[in-house]
Amino acid sequence: MALPVHFSSLEKGWYYVYRGICAAIFVFLVAPIFVIVPLSFNALPYFTFSPEMLSFDPAGYSTQWYREFFTEDSWQRAVQNSFVIAVFATLISTFLGTLAALGLSRSQMPFKAAFMALLISPMIVPLIISAAGMYFFYTRIGLTSTHLGVILAHAALGTPFVVITVTATLTNFDHSLTRAAASLGASPVQTFFKVTVPLILPGVVSGALFAFITSFDEVVVVLFVGSVEQRTIPWKMFSGIREEIRPTILAVATLLVVISILLLTVLELLRRRNERLHGLSAQ
Amino acid sequence: MTQVPSDVIRTADGTPLRLSLQRTQFQSRLRALMLVLPLLAFLTVTFILPILDMLYRSIDNRIVASILPQTTVTIQAWDAQGGELPDEAVFEALVRDMQAAFKDKTLGRVGRRLNYEKPGMSSLFRKSGRNTRKITEAPFKEQLLAIDKRWHDVSVWRLIYRESGATTSSYFLASSDLRLNDQGEIARQPEPRRIYVTLFYRTLWMSLLITALCLLLGYPVSYLLATLPLRTSNLLMILVLLPFWTSLLVRTTSWIALLQTQGVLNDLLVFIGLVPEDARLQMIYNKTGTLVAMTHILLPFMILPLYSVMKTIPASYMQAARSLGASPFTAFIRVYVPNTVPGIGAGCILVFILSIGYYITPALVGGRTGTFISNFIAVHISESLNWGLAAALGAILLAVVLVLYLLYDKIVGVSNMRLG
Amino acid sequence: MKQFLRAAVVSVGAALLAGNSLATELTIVSWGGAYTASQQKAYHDPYVANNPGIRIINDDSGAEGLAKIRAQVEADNVTWDLVDMVASDAIIACDEGLVEEIDPDTWLAPAPDGTPASQDFFAGTLNPGGTNCFIPSIVYSTTFGYRTDAFQDKQPATIADVFDLETFPGKRALQKRPINNLEWALIADGVAGDKVYEVLSTPEGVARAFAKLDTIKDHVIWWAEGAQPPQLLADGEVVMASAYNGRLFSAIAEKNQPIAMMWDWQAFDLDGWVVPKGVKDLGAVKAYLKFATDTQRLADQAKYISYGPARHSSGPLVGNHAELGIDMKPHMPTNKNNVTSVLNFDYVWWADHRAELDERFNAWLAK
Repeated sequence: MALPVHFSSLEKGWYYVYRGICAAIFVFLVAPIFVIVPLSFNALPYFTFSPEMLSFDPAGYSTQWYREFFTEDSWQRAVQNSFVIAVFATLISTFLGTLAALGLSRSQMPFKAAFMALLISPMIVPLIISAAGMYFFYTRIGLTSTHLGVILAHAALGTPFVVITVTATLTNFDHSLTRAAASLGASPVQTFFKVTVPLILPGVVSGALFAFITSFDEVVVVLFVGSVEQRTIPWKMFSGIREEIRPTILAVATLLVVISILLLTVLELLRRRNERLHGLSAQ
Repeated sequence: MTQVPSDVIRTADGTPLRLSLQRTQFQSRLRALMLVLPLLAFLTVTFILPILDMLYRSIDNRIVASILPQTTVTIQAWDAQGGELPDEAVFEALVRDMQAAFKDKTLGRVGRRLNYEKPGMSSLFRKSGRNTRKITEAPFKEQLLAIDKRWHDVSVWRLIYRESGATTSSYFLASSDLRLNDQGEIARQPEPRRIYVTLFYRTLWMSLLITALCLLLGYPVSYLLATLPLRTSNLLMILVLLPFWTSLLVRTTSWIALLQTQGVLNDLLVFIGLVPEDARLQMIYNKTGTLVAMTHILLPFMILPLYSVMKTIPASYMQAARSLGASPFTAFIRVYVPNTVPGIGAGCILVFILSIGYYITPALVGGRTGTFISNFIAVHISESLNWGLAAALGAILLAVVLVLYLLYDKIVGVSNMRLG
Repeated sequence: MKQFLRAAVVSVGAALLAGNSLATELTIVSWGGAYTASQQKAYHDPYVANNPGIRIINDDSGAEGLAKIRAQVEADNVTWDLVDMVASDAIIACDEGLVEEIDPDTWLAPAPDGTPASQDFFAGTLNPGGTNCFIPSIVYSTTFGYRTDAFQDKQPATIADVFDLETFPGKRALQKRPINNLEWALIADGVAGDKVYEVLSTPEGVARAFAKLDTIKDHVIWWAEGAQPPQLLADGEVVMASAYNGRLFSAIAEKNQPIAMMWDWQAFDLDGWVVPKGVKDLGAVKAYLKFATDTQRLADQAKYISYGPARHSSGPLVGNHAELGIDMKPHMPTNKNNVTSVLNFDYVWWADHRAELDERFNAWLAK
C-alpha cells in the first residue's frame, strides 16, 4: 500500500512508527515458534544456543534428539496413541456435530439459542473442571485408563468446533437449492448427498480439523482420564517439562510445528474454495 | 359431528389448514430436534453429568452420617450451645459406630473428613477406634473419656453435631477463607491460612492484565490486517493463525527456552552487555512468565474477532470524518474506535474466559507466584485429596465463567462465533 | 496409511477388550524413571522369566497413587493390582479401608536363615502409624546435595548451613511442601532433633519454623518432581538442593556431576507396596509379592539404585553397582557413616496437621 501523497510529515512519521509496532507484534507472535527449530538441532542438552551453534560450526549441531524421538519406544507409542485417539475422537465429534448443526440451522428449531449455548459449552468450561468431572464419573463406569474413555472425552471437547464451523457454513447456505433439487425430482437422500454435502463440506472438514487438533493437543483430560497406556505426545511433553527437560521435547515441538503448518495450509485452501463456491452461488 | 365455521380454509383431505400447518410445523420442529438430540445425549453422558456429579461433591457430606449412623441421629437431642458434654446415649452411639466402622476399616474416612475442620480429629478417631474395641458395656462415657482426653472438649462434639447432615457448607466457606467457629458462627480463617481469596483475586487480576495486553497488541495488528489489501492481509493473517494452530505445549516450551535464566533472551542480554552475567533476569517461574506466555497464547483469540468486525467498517466512514475537518487522530478515536466496540467486547470476554480457567501454562511457567486457581483445584484432587474443597473451588470458578459466557452470548451471540 | 489404520483398529480393539486377554496381567503402579527401571530389573524381569503366564504392565502414576486408588475403590472399579507408595500415603489408604490388610508371615517369604518376615523387616516398618497394610521395600531419605564448585574455602556440612546465606550464598532448591522443610528450619534454628514435633505442635513453634524459612525464601526454587533437584544442581541454577538420595547418587556416580552429598539430618522415609482392596486376582498378586519382597530381590534392587533394602537379611547381600561396579554399601542412607543425625518422620503427627499446614504453606508461598 503506497503512502497517500497528502500525508503531512507528522502523519508519515506516525505511519512508519505504526508499521514498526505492528512488525514487532508479528515477531512476538511467530518468533517463539521458530526459535525452537534451530535449538532442536543443538548438540548439547541445553535449551539455548551454544557458541558453536552461533558460529555455525557443524560440530555444534546434531540430529541426536530426533533420533531419540524416532527410536525411543515410549515416544513412538505416544505418537500412535495421539493419532488413534485424535482420529476416533474426530470421527465421533464430526458426525454428531454435523448432525446437530444441520438441526440447529433449521428455522423451525425450537430453543435454538439455548441449545447452541449448551452445545458450545465444552469449549468454554475450564479444562480442569471438565477433566476432574470426567475423572470421577468415568472411573465409576470403568472408562478411566482406557482408550475409549479418552476418545469419548476428546470427542466431547471437539464437538463445539464442528458445530460452530458447520453452522457458519449453513448460514450462508441457500435453501432454495435443496428445494430446487427436490422439485426437479431428487429424493431427500439424493438432495442431501448431491447438494447439501458438497456445499457444507468445507465447513465439515475445517470443523473436523479443529476437532482433531483439539484432541491432538489436549493434555489435561488425558492426564486425569488416561493412564500410562494412553500416554500421548502432549502428556510426554508435559511430564518432560516438569521433570527432566531434554531437547527431545524441542525436536518433537519442531515436528508439531510442521504438522500445524500443514493443517493451516489445508484450512487456507478450504477457505478459498468456500469463498469461490459462495461467490458462485450468490450470482 | 362438530360444527366447523364455514370460512375455515381446508386442505384437500378436509382438515383445516391451520391444523395441517401446525402438524407439519410440529413435525419439522421434531425433525430439527431429532438431529440435535444425538449430540445432546452424547454430551450429557460424557460431559454434563460428570461435571454435575463432581460439583455435588462440594456440598456432599454423606460420609459422616453413613459411617456414624447412630451418633448423628442421637446427637440431635443434645443442646450444642449448652457447654455440657452429651449424655451417655450419645457416647454409647459413638462407641458402637466406631466399633462397626473400625471393623469395616472406614473409620479413617470420618477422621480425615473432620480433620479438615479441626486438626487432630484424624488421630483422635484412629486412636479411639483402636481402643474402643475393648468396650462392651456401660458406662460408655467414662470409658471413652479415659481413652483420650480430647473427648472432654465440647467443640469436638459440636463439630460432629454440625457435620451430621447430608450436606455441608464448610467446603464453600473454606474456599472463601471462612470457617464455622466453635459457636457455629461464620468467621474468617486465621490470617496465615487465608489463601483462596488471594488466589481468586490473583487469577482475576492477572487474567484482566492478560486481556488488556492482548487488546493492546491485538488492536493495531487487526487494524493493519483490516486496512491492507486482501492479498497482503491474507498472507499476514497466516502469522496470526500459525500460533493459533501450534500446540499449546510447543508454545509453552518455546517460552521456557526463551525466558529461563540460562535461556536465549538472557544470553542475548548478557551478550549485549545490558545485564551482567551474575545478575541474569528471572523472567520465568513467576508472574512475568505466566503473563508473557499466556498473552502470546491468547493473542489470536483477540485478533480474530477484532479483525472480523473491523473488516466490515467501510473506509468511507473515516474519509467522511476527515473531509468534515477531523484530524486523523480525532477521526480514529471518535469514528473508528466506537465502531469496533463489538469486536473489542467479543475479544476481551473470550480471552478473559479462557484465561481464568487456564491450567497448563501457569503450571509449567508460573512457579510460586504465577499460578492460578485451576492449579490449586488440581492439587486438591490429586495430592491433598480434599475433593470437596476442589469441587467448591471449581464451582465458584465455573460460576464466574458461565456468567461471562452468558454475557458473551448476549453481546456477541454464541452463534456468531467464528473460528479462523 | 493402511498399516496405520490397522494399528489404530488393533489398539482400540485391544483397549475395548482389555481384561479379556489370556495372560494374567498385573498392573503395577510405581514412580517411573530410574526407580521403575530398578524394579523392572530386580523384580519384574526375573519373575516373568519364571512365570511365563504373567504379563506385567508398569504404570508410572505413583504420584497420584493415593488419589486414584481412592477414586477406584469409591467407584468400586479397581483396575490396579499393586501400588508403590510412601508410608504416609499407605497409612491413609489403610485407615480409609482402601487397601488390603496384610499378614506378613503368610504373605511374605522368610529370610534365608528361616527368620520369619515379621522379624526380618526393620522394626516397625511393617506397621507404620499402627497400620497393617504396608510392605516396605526400601528405606530412602530426603537429604541435601550441593555443588562442589560453588564455594571456595568451606563446604556445607550441617543443616544450619542451608539457612546460612552469608557463608554459602546462592540459590537453594527445596521441595514444595511443608513436610521436612519445617522440621529442618527448626533444627537449623536450634531446636533439638527429638523435640521438633513437640515444638511444631504449638502455634509459636509453627510461626518460628516459617520465620526461619522466611530468611531464605527469596533464594529458594521450589521443586515438585524428584528429577528436578539433580537437574537444577547440574545446570547450576542452584548451589544446594534437597533431593531423594537415590537421584543424587545417580547424578554424582552415574552422570559425574560436580555434586556432593550432605547427610546431616537426612529425613528417612519408607517406600513399599500396598494392594488395593478388590483386586481382580489376589492370588496372583500375592504370588508376585512373595517373590518381589524376598531377601535376594531387595538386595538386588540396590544394584541399580542407591536405596537401602528394608530387610535385615538383605543388608549383607548388597553388592556392587550393576554397571559401575562400585560398592553400593557406603551410598545406602542406612549406612552407619550416614546416620549420625537422622530426622524420624512422624507419620501420625503429619496426618493430623497436613491439611492445615499445607494451606498455611501455600498461603505463605503465595505471598
